[in-house]
Amino acid sequence: MGFLGDVAAFFADRANWRGGNGLTQLIVEHLGVSVAALALALALALPPGLVLGHLRRGGVVAVNVANVGRALPSFAVLVIALQLSSIGLVPTMVALVALAVPPMVTNSYVGVAEVDADMVEAARAMGMTGRQVFTSVELPSALPLVMAGVRTAAVQVVATATLAALVGFGGLGALILVGLRTGDHVEVFAGALTVTVLAMATEVGLGALQRWVTPAGARSR
Amino acid sequence: MAEPWVDWDWVGAHGEEIIDLLGDHVTLTAAAVSAGLILSFPLALAVRRWRRWQGPVLSATGALYAIPSLALFALLLPWTGLTRTTALIALISYTLLILVRNIVAGLDGVAPEVTEAATAMGMHPLLRLVRVELPLALPAVVAGVRVATVTIVGLVTVAALIGHGGLGQLILDGLNRDFRTPLVVGSVLSVALAAAADVALVGVQRLLTPWARRGR
Repeated sequence: MGFLGDVAAFFADRANWRGGNGLTQLIVEHLGVSVAALALALALALPPGLVLGHLRRGGVVAVNVANVGRALPSFAVLVIALQLSSIGLVPTMVALVALAVPPMVTNSYVGVAEVDADMVEAARAMGMTGRQVFTSVELPSALPLVMAGVRTAAVQVVATATLAALVGFGGLGALILVGLRTGDHVEVFAGALTVTVLAMATEVGLGALQRWVTPAGARSR
Repeated sequence: MAEPWVDWDWVGAHGEEIIDLLGDHVTLTAAAVSAGLILSFPLALAVRRWRRWQGPVLSATGALYAIPSLALFALLLPWTGLTRTTALIALISYTLLILVRNIVAGLDGVAPEVTEAATAMGMHPLLRLVRVELPLALPAVVAGVRVATVTIVGLVTVAALIGHGGLGQLILDGLNRDFRTPLVVGSVLSVALAAAADVALVGVQRLLTPWARRGR
């Protein structure tokens, strides 16, 4: 109980929550950069993914972009981006956006392109224009898969924002890195635990949102 | 900005070290994915046998997958320290979600007529699994192994922070010394390794499923 008791004491000590390197500040930084990166990635990934899906064009590229993205280690992207710009926010954003875009593009493409062809045909036969088919048939049917992509991206972004401390951005990784350098295992553990809770909360929260946007007729369980 | 991206003299002088780290990276990845497979098969079979465990098992492996890699290394430190074991436990835990999900999906995808025919021929369930179901599930299983391998190649680099990162050590070294060459070499080799492993696994799948090539 000794070690975990020390960790509990770390969280109980109000001094550890206050100030420039306090837990509150680090959590705000961590979530702030994650939300900003996700918003930018959404703006970059969804329009091309959805439009290509609607046109059913460029599938090979849209599907493979996720595989390419997976092969790029965030750690490497972060450190290389640091070479191209100053320390802190920019390399962090580059690495996180690069991480979030591929699953979003792939899922939005697949979501729209794989909508039941009979359904699209029926909509056209009813006289719907391409735009109407997209907004009232394809988009609602694709929403669960699009949200699944956003959820995957969000969990990875929150998890990977931990590495931002390596390029001097801050966030909860700072607690882990400082602890590793000074051999303070309690601080390392406390930081790791906090970031794990944030990542899990993102997974569960967006999972609920994903179920909520799924049309009632498409819910399997 | 005048600093070149790659100082070839440095690369030449450190060739042996680079190859050692590359070898280390390959070993860590191979060990993590193999151990992941060994754990995932019984889990996937158990999930198929007792269906109500499917949700909980996938949620648990999903939760493991959501833990940030640096945080997972850190969470293990009090128990396993700055050892290779710490790196391996974390890496293995990331393969489980992908592998279990794909093995279950692959086995579920085998046509019921095929398993029924095997049963009708008097095949023991274990023999049916090995001779009929697993070969037919192989494409889905290999797809999972590919995703897991490429993911792990990338994650190994983060293990550099606890001293067992293979090519990640070069990236970290470049970051710490503000010297571009090692970080570029480490990054490029890591991406190349992921791509090579992916291509190699596609080759393995073609070798193991000769029937899939015919008729197409």
